[in-house]
Amino acid sequence: MSDTTASAETTAEQKLDRPLGQKNVARPSRPVGKARRVKDRLTSPWATAAAITIAVLWTIPTFGLLVSSFRTPDEIRSNGWWNIFVSPSFTLENYFEVLTVSGASSANLGQYFVNSLVIAIPAALFPIAIATMAAYAFAWMKFRGSGALFVLVFALQIVPLQMALVPLLQIFSGVLGISGTFPAVWIAHTIFGLPLCIFLLHNFISEIPGEVIEAARVDGANQTQIFFRIVIPLALPALASIGIFQFLWVWNDLLVALVFSGGTADVAPLTQRLAELVGNFGRNTERLPAAAFISLVIPLIVFFSLQRYFVRGLLAGSTKG
Amino acid sequence: MTSEFLTDMFSKFGLMIVGLVVFAAVVGLVLFLADKAPKRGKDIVVLAAFLAPSFILLGVGLVYPAIRTTLLSFQNRNSTEWVGLQNFEWMFSEPTILTTLGNTLIWVALVPTLSTIFGLAYAVFIDKSYGEKILKSLVFMPMAISFVGAGIIWRFMYEYREVGFSEQIGLLNQILVWLGQEPQQFLVNSPWNTFFLINVMIWIQTGFAMVLLSAAIKGVPLEVIEAARLDGANAWQSFWNVTVPAIRGTLVVVITTISIATLKVFDIVRAMTGGNFDTSVVANEMYTQAFNRGEFGQGSALALVLFVMVLPIVVYNVRVMRQQKEIR
Repeated sequence: MSDTTASAETTAEQKLDRPLGQKNVARPSRPVGKARRVKDRLTSPWATAAAITIAVLWTIPTFGLLVSSFRTPDEIRSNGWWNIFVSPSFTLENYFEVLTVSGASSANLGQYFVNSLVIAIPAALFPIAIATMAAYAFAWMKFRGSGALFVLVFALQIVPLQMALVPLLQIFSGVLGISGTFPAVWIAHTIFGLPLCIFLLHNFISEIPGEVIEAARVDGANQTQIFFRIVIPLALPALASIGIFQFLWVWNDLLVALVFSGGTADVAPLTQRLAELVGNFGRNTERLPAAAFISLVIPLIVFFSLQRYFVRGLLAGSTKG
Repeated sequence: MTSEFLTDMFSKFGLMIVGLVVFAAVVGLVLFLADKAPKRGKDIVVLAAFLAPSFILLGVGLVYPAIRTTLLSFQNRNSTEWVGLQNFEWMFSEPTILTTLGNTLIWVALVPTLSTIFGLAYAVFIDKSYGEKILKSLVFMPMAISFVGAGIIWRFMYEYREVGFSEQIGLLNQILVWLGQEPQQFLVNSPWNTFFLINVMIWIQTGFAMVLLSAAIKGVPLEVIEAARLDGANAWQSFWNVTVPAIRGTLVVVITTISIATLKVFDIVRAMTGGNFDTSVVANEMYTQAFNRGEFGQGSALALVLFVMVLPIVVYNVRVMRQQKEIR
């Protein structure tokens, strides 16, 4: 069985790396003929120069903010970050201030950072778990109307978040009485993440070779055992990609947080606090660069260390929202 | 770090762990009970156990709310009586809302086109260059960060200081000053401020377009391009006549995907102008009406308009993806 499992894993991995709408398999590496090399030498300096120019233009805004975050409050207020090349300075004061100083008028980002984590971890795990179950049922349990139901779930992706906010908030505050608590935010994110997660995981789980499932069935495994011992281990790469994507989506979200978190330091995530701080730009000018980078650090770590998974999740999940 | 902060932190993480354990226990229990069901009808019980969590959540959290929002859009501000099409009449007669709708159209016309053009050009450039991976990462990076974070990054780029009052701290205005021009209030001066907000979205989405298109370009068989070159086509001609037709499917997916994301854009406007100075868009206005002003009827009507705008794009996107799948 291990052979089939391995091959199932490789085809599945390849599928993950193929972006939407692409029909051809990527060519592995370019055969470099002599003529080709000459041609490359002719075209590439200009292309490279253009590429580097665009890359620099694209990076300057972020770079500027990063530099600002290490300048003293006075410097941030009085002149631009490029002055650092004339009069270099370095301080961690801003980070210290926004993270640890508490009080009504301070940024309190330490607390909000904790909130963001407490929101994003369950809000990434819950929909993945529930969606994997549904995806397995759609892919490998035969029942009448399964096709129609699946199309219905898929079609729900069309519904913009905005369509669900008001009634869902009324349910949370009126019926369940959990508005403005962590469970409310978890549930909201879980619901909004489900249609896409089910769709993507179904694509993936349905491509597990039938022989693998059949072999387990012959060995006497029932549905639950097949799900836990075969499907989940084989689907792990997909679960990781989609999980990372969902995590970042939740981490970066503002709208759901604004509506369901109640907006206080008890529950609200970083994005909400940042939006508040930037709303009073004049008073928070020196805090904002450091504050922004505190919220960017997790996505950037994920991006640079797990880029492969991130790209997969993004290619697959870009239509969300 | 005060002890207060630590207590707060531990109690929150405690709550999170409780949440995770409860969730796992509930799901585990459901599956366990289904597994122990009597043989007769067991298949159906197991099937229900696997599907019920999703269906309950989607039904209560998405299907019912979408229907209810549709109904709310035909009711008054606190949903006590039916008002027919009044909310929609308001939408198409109120000047600020007309500006909002117009802005949304400008967004959806510009962001997908320009992001795709930049992304495609960049993908072509780096396809022939050294350090492709690093160059890709740099342009792709904005895609990982939040719209709010991007909003702050660009607030600093656009920041305006009155002449004589202080030095410019925003790079764009400093460049204007260096060039001997008057500094501008980029985010205040209407109607140009909308374009400066759109610029932020393009900055984010170009990386997405680039990554997808770059993968597609690498999928174009080299022999076809070589053949075109041998037939005397120059780089530009072979790009237009060979590469672009070959990646058409990906182009459509990229454009439609960015269009949908653009129609729903909320955070950028919220964080940079709050929708003031004539920069509001439908998604932002919906929030303002429903949650800041308590106008649930008008807010719902705007949500419905958003849905109607997104619908044809999604349908088209799905059809193209289906066709691509069949070709595969």
